[in-house]
Amino acid sequence: MDSSQIPVEELSYEQAFEELETVVSALEGDQKTLEESLALFERGQALARRCAELLDHAELRVRKLSEEEPELPEEMDEEEGD
Amino acid sequence: MEQAALFAPPALTVSQITAYLRQLLEGDEILRDIWVLGEVSNLSRPSSGHVYFTLKDASASLRCVIWRTTVQRLRVTLNNGTAVEAHGYIGVYERDGQYQLYIDTLRLAGEGWLYQEFLRLKARLEAEGLFDQARKRPVPTRPRTIGIVTSSTGAALQDILNTLAGRYPLVEVVVAPAAVQGDEAPVEIVRALQRLNRQIQPDVILLARGGGSLEDLWAFNDERVVRTIVASRAPVITGIGHETDFTLSDFAADLRAPTPTGAAVLATPSLADLRGELRSALTLLDGALLARLDTARQRLVDVHYRLDRLSPRRQVQNDRQRLDELQERVRRAMISGGQLRRARLKGQQQRLSALNPLAVMQRGFALVQAPDGRLLGSIHQVNPGADVSVRLRDGSFGATVKQINPVEGKDESHG
Repeated sequence: MDSSQIPVEELSYEQAFEELETVVSALEGDQKTLEESLALFERGQALARRCAELLDHAELRVRKLSEEEPELPEEMDEEEGD
Repeated sequence: MEQAALFAPPALTVSQITAYLRQLLEGDEILRDIWVLGEVSNLSRPSSGHVYFTLKDASASLRCVIWRTTVQRLRVTLNNGTAVEAHGYIGVYERDGQYQLYIDTLRLAGEGWLYQEFLRLKARLEAEGLFDQARKRPVPTRPRTIGIVTSSTGAALQDILNTLAGRYPLVEVVVAPAAVQGDEAPVEIVRALQRLNRQIQPDVILLARGGGSLEDLWAFNDERVVRTIVASRAPVITGIGHETDFTLSDFAADLRAPTPTGAAVLATPSLADLRGELRSALTLLDGALLARLDTARQRLVDVHYRLDRLSPRRQVQNDRQRLDELQERVRRAMISGGQLRRARLKGQQQRLSALNPLAVMQRGFALVQAPDGRLLGSIHQVNPGADVSVRLRDGSFGATVKQINPVEGKDESHG
């Protein structure tokens, strides 16, 4: 999933880190205009800040599977992957 | 015969014969490595920590010893009357002249049967390909949701939660409690696995239980449990019992950890790893931008240099220089041209003034004119007696021609 349009504050750690890796590759690719590169760099820094923040403040969320919990429809399968 | 008596070997001491018997027994291949089935009696646990008892069946008994270090390792609780299978070697306790079984492994009677059953089921499921490595799914390195199937009261759950909280608190944990021991356990484990897959769809499921006897862990050898693990949509990591315990669930799982804590470790990256990873990503990011800027700067320098060479400014400078040169030439041309004209003018003036008859008359020459005013330039224009007018610098007078004297050798009559 392309997360680059989503504000960093709304990204999960995995999304943020994955996009950070994408940003680094894109920057290294050197195909972008300078302006695009600078925008990418700023996005990358924001993503890294987001990741660090999530690491610093994360607390394990634990819940018990309840009987009432509805079953997820099967179609969700494919979307779940990425 | 009496002779023989004379040369009979000396009598052996008790110690010698006992040592010999010991050697004999302890050297026997079979007695060195045997399983013995019997019932525990005369159980004694002195403060030394060693355990002594007698194994009995209907018609015989066997003295047994378990050394303290072995006792600590065994997970079987012994009581008088317990039927056990004991493994070890037969040795001799010389002081009492007693042979006895020195036990290194011990299990409850029936576990032997369980183990046979275990091997049979394992072979069957293996033949079906349920344990094939090729079938196993990769375990995600960065799970968002982890499902846990274990007893809600066991230490295993706490161990897992503590480990997850310390390593990877970003994850969301959903616990599906199930009995992990007893007749109901297989059904509950199957149901918990299925519900997690259907209702939560976690990225990975941990199936865990603390240590116990082979019987305690039996639910994890249940064929239904094994097949549910294989069918699970989420990859399954098992952490069952201790390091040395292997259940069929372990073989079926996508990843097997020796303990519940180990399963939590295998399921997650550590915070330290993540921070390191983040740092190196940032380093790469900085490096990539610097490289990008460097390239851009270098290109700018190149282009600027080329632009500079092609610049109209340079052309203008060239032209300006050329213009300067031309102007200089013009200036020089003008200067030299003026002098020339001035010199020429002077020359003309000089020629002009040389031609001025008045100037000649200044020097004493005279003009002779006929009465009609014609200037007379030759003696042939006059005859003796003709009237002429002679003009001098300051006036004129009339005169009459007396005679004509041509200049010797110079006859101007044709000129």
